[in-house]
Amino acid sequence: MEKILFKYIDFPEQYKIDTYIRNGGYQALSKALKEYKPEQLIEMVKKSGLRGRGGAGFPTGLKWSFVPKDSPKPKFLLCNADEGEPGTFKDRSLIEKDPHQLIEGIIISSCAIDAHRAFIYIRGEFAFGAKRLQEAIQECYQKGYLGKNILNSGFDLDLDVYRGAGAYICGEETSLMESIEGERANPRLKPPFPASVGLYKNPTVINNVETLSNVPHIVINGGEWYANLGMPKSTGTKIFSLSGHVKKPGNYELPMGVTLRELIYEHGGGIKDDRQLKAVIPGGVSTPVLTPAFLDVKMDFDSLYEAGSLLGSGATIVMDETTCMIKAAYRISKFFEHESCGKCVPCREGTRWIRQIMERIENGKGKEDDIDLLRDICTNIVAKTVCPLGDAAAVPIMSTIEKFREEYEYHIKNKKCMVDLGSRFG
Amino acid sequence: MLGEVAKKKISELKGKFPENRSAILPAMHVVLEEVGYYNLDVLKQVAGLLGLSEMEVAETVSFYTYFPKEGVGKYHIQVCTNLSCMLLGAEGLLQYLQEKLNIETGETTADGLFTLTAVECLGSCGTAPVMQINQTYYENLTKAKVDKIIDDLRTRK
Repeated sequence: MEKILFKYIDFPEQYKIDTYIRNGGYQALSKALKEYKPEQLIEMVKKSGLRGRGGAGFPTGLKWSFVPKDSPKPKFLLCNADEGEPGTFKDRSLIEKDPHQLIEGIIISSCAIDAHRAFIYIRGEFAFGAKRLQEAIQECYQKGYLGKNILNSGFDLDLDVYRGAGAYICGEETSLMESIEGERANPRLKPPFPASVGLYKNPTVINNVETLSNVPHIVINGGEWYANLGMPKSTGTKIFSLSGHVKKPGNYELPMGVTLRELIYEHGGGIKDDRQLKAVIPGGVSTPVLTPAFLDVKMDFDSLYEAGSLLGSGATIVMDETTCMIKAAYRISKFFEHESCGKCVPCREGTRWIRQIMERIENGKGKEDDIDLLRDICTNIVAKTVCPLGDAAAVPIMSTIEKFREEYEYHIKNKKCMVDLGSRFG
Repeated sequence: MLGEVAKKKISELKGKFPENRSAILPAMHVVLEEVGYYNLDVLKQVAGLLGLSEMEVAETVSFYTYFPKEGVGKYHIQVCTNLSCMLLGAEGLLQYLQEKLNIETGETTADGLFTLTAVECLGSCGTAPVMQINQTYYENLTKAKVDKIIDDLRTRK
């Protein structure tokens, strides 16, 4: 299959505007501004079936159509580049190696929703990516792709890079808005949704880096072309971030609906050191774990949901037979305790309790009723918090208990791991 | 305390956003770049330069973990210990750095050169294990690579 987003990812100096233009860049912008009205762009993206690549999979065109047309308020477009879901490293690649593809997508999307100010919110750690984007934005202003009267179309847009500062919660859209507003990044209760009350209380659309990077290609080739790629309800390609115990970890752009088996064994080269596969987390640590019995599952929004997991960000973490699932779940529990913003009591207290219990099981001090206790705490977090972080913290625990209960029981009874990862550092 | 360059850069952030509070995080990135750490005096200065109250700046900054406080070493080593890195030896990497620098995680070497911190996912899981020193990522780490990185920084000082 021909790559779309990654077609020029390793092309020398693709990050420079001249190279990007030589490879066909900014033709979509010109086409979008000259040949289409904003509502036609929205229709085209609706037709493409493009769904948000940040994790939730909400239809992009539909999200854009929620922005009130007659509002006198200024509208904003936000690019969510706060890539923080453990296992995910695709946006970093798109930003560092092909920043203009993203920026072109942002300009077109802003035009579609009539936004004249846009921000790329990038996690603080991506200092290099932020610099790349700032340089690319400078180039755009010089060429007249940003600023006043872009390509003589009458459309104005200012774009800024806004750097985060180490908070996972900012990947949640309303927390991200709080963060840009200079507040502590606590999520907002919805409704109202950002499309009507978003950044600075103005209508706002927020899309992921990968989502926006798809937009220029949809404009060039049409919504129908895109809708024919991948699966009927999960169209297009997806960048899968493959990590953990595989021979060839990395980002792979493949059609939606590729099987987990093909991803791991063909593209990833199989399990490192030819060990046996034990478990896979298919969409970042907040998605339910799968066992090898699910290797033929198709990697798309609906198929993974039916298999009892989620596509999430497409971050596929592979664990071999030496991985202690309690240790893995304990590590994940520490993450969510650290990243809980503290706004909602079930999440703030629950993530800490989960970590404490996981820690004592891991350290051989688990109690017989700890499994039931964990399930009880998890049940009391799910759907009882303002944002999805609470659910995300409960899911890995509940799913590892469901799939690897005997390992939990072994750990509690024998006060040690069933298997030993050993030191992989050499 | 903030130097003239930092003060100028922070002052320029005032009025750049629809609301002035939006300039707090950008100002703190200037602080990190120009000073390397912050303390209460720095926060007071930032508030003054942005025309915000000290409390507004402090309540926002205290939410975020990225900006190091005063006392951090010249080189801030942040080791990713999240799942993908853990699967490929992050614990061994952290242990190796502790022994090499002769400090525990969370501590700073006596000469003030290195601070060692364990952090959450750095978004570089395909090149695990990974660490970040100040603003630079170091990937696919091995003992030999870590030796070279640390030795180079020691000679550079």
